[in-house]
Amino acid sequence: MTRRTYSALAVALEIAVPLAILLAWQAWTASADNQHFPTPTTILEQFRELWLFAEFERHVLPSLIRIGAGFGIGVVLGVALGIPLGLWRRARVLAMPHIEYWRAMPPPALLPISVVLLNDIGDKQKITFIAFFCLFPVLLNTIDGVRGIEPTLLETARSYRVPARERIRRLVLPAALPQIVAGMRTSLSLAVIVMVVAEYFSSTEGVGFVLLDAKNTFRMGPMWAAILLIGLLGYLLNLLFLLAERRALAWHRGWRAATPD
Amino acid sequence: MLEIKSLGKTYGSGENAVQAIADVSFTVSDGEFLCVVGPSGCGKTTLLKCIAGLLAPSRGEVLLRGRRLTGPPPEMALVFQEYSRSLMPWTSVRNNVLLPLRHKKLSRDERRRLVEEALGAVGLTRFIDHYPWQLSGGMQQRVAIARALAYQPSILLMDEPFASVDAQTRADLEDLVLQVREEFGITILFVTHDIDESVYLSDRIIVLAHAPTVVKETLPVDLPHPRDQIETKELPDFAHLRAHVYRLVRREQQPIEAAPVQPAAVAER
Repeated sequence: MTRRTYSALAVALEIAVPLAILLAWQAWTASADNQHFPTPTTILEQFRELWLFAEFERHVLPSLIRIGAGFGIGVVLGVALGIPLGLWRRARVLAMPHIEYWRAMPPPALLPISVVLLNDIGDKQKITFIAFFCLFPVLLNTIDGVRGIEPTLLETARSYRVPARERIRRLVLPAALPQIVAGMRTSLSLAVIVMVVAEYFSSTEGVGFVLLDAKNTFRMGPMWAAILLIGLLGYLLNLLFLLAERRALAWHRGWRAATPD
Repeated sequence: MLEIKSLGKTYGSGENAVQAIADVSFTVSDGEFLCVVGPSGCGKTTLLKCIAGLLAPSRGEVLLRGRRLTGPPPEMALVFQEYSRSLMPWTSVRNNVLLPLRHKKLSRDERRRLVEEALGAVGLTRFIDHYPWQLSGGMQQRVAIARALAYQPSILLMDEPFASVDAQTRADLEDLVLQVREEFGITILFVTHDIDESVYLSDRIIVLAHAPTVVKETLPVDLPHPRDQIETKELPDFAHLRAHVYRLVRREQQPIEAAPVQPAAVAER
């Protein structure tokens, strides 16, 4: 089997398996007639009505903006804090217990206090909340990546009197990038989770709000449509991220393949 | 040009102190090719790092043109043994060579010219846009040499640069170093444990004794230039020098049982 037919088959399976599950689900829900489990056709109908594109601007767009902004801020802060902590052992020793404490905190535990502290229930609170939880995977991975940099490389740069700023930009950041990116991927899926949780609480718009509101008003169709959308959102965001990672870290795969250890 | 005066290095302190270098003094004159040989584990790398200004000596000093070194000086370039670790895998050969030039006060064209010239001198012009890991070991070490040349040092320090390449590549790289030395007129301080290599390359050899290191003997190498892998190595003088250095080094190699525990490159940070 050639590579091409193999990958074509893989893609076909990726589509066929969910389709088969959907068909089975359709058959089961149609015969069961349980109002909590509407048929997939009803859900798809609801999905089209809600998200394509009647409520898109009012509910999906705010959620997407929150994910994007929260994730972006979390990544920038994680890298900005992770580099000095990775480079200086003393700072790391001081900071680690705090990082370990806060990263173990379940997001819902901080939801009420975030509203009080930020005195806001709008984008400011939601974005800050998402950013806070996106920070940790990136931060920890950046610290690890920076610590793992080849000492010979830094020594080489030092012997050539490369200034500290250039060393960070040209050596430390690129060397840590594969791990930073791995952290970003974790943060991205976390951003979707935290977005839904944040929108359950003191919200008037967003996908999470629609989901909970539909459940509270016994509208199972929109609830399922929201679940479907959130799942697709997470899936597509991850897919986009993987494509970007492939481009940005092409060197890394080649290097790993070329280096025996 | 370069004076090493009673240099000593001790790692750690108190009971755990390990004396790596006891007392080493020698000078390197302008334009000279000086090889430092010694048995493995005799503190050659530590010595070179002290001379390069990467490690602070515990005793004594290093003077470059009369100035006392406190850090890596701008007129010095260092080539490590581990070529694959000293090159950046995420960027091209060109950018690797460019790294030490970015912070120098040079025009864009000047930088470009230096990079291309240096890569031309080591015969890698065709590979300028490759990643380092796409090249063979010998070629990677040539990239590291080109990077050192582009930096325009007056003295080049090399720490067992050819220890991890095969014999044929090694011979080619030795000739390359001799050639760029002529071309660029630089002083070279070359550390190696390979006795043939030291005799073949140098104008003078310094033989180190076992750790804690002292200089055991200094001997001039009066072999004719240009050197040739076959003809030079056929000369009776070559054989004599080689045998002499060999005896010195072998006498230093202690029997396994009595070998002291080596300080395994004690963490420098």
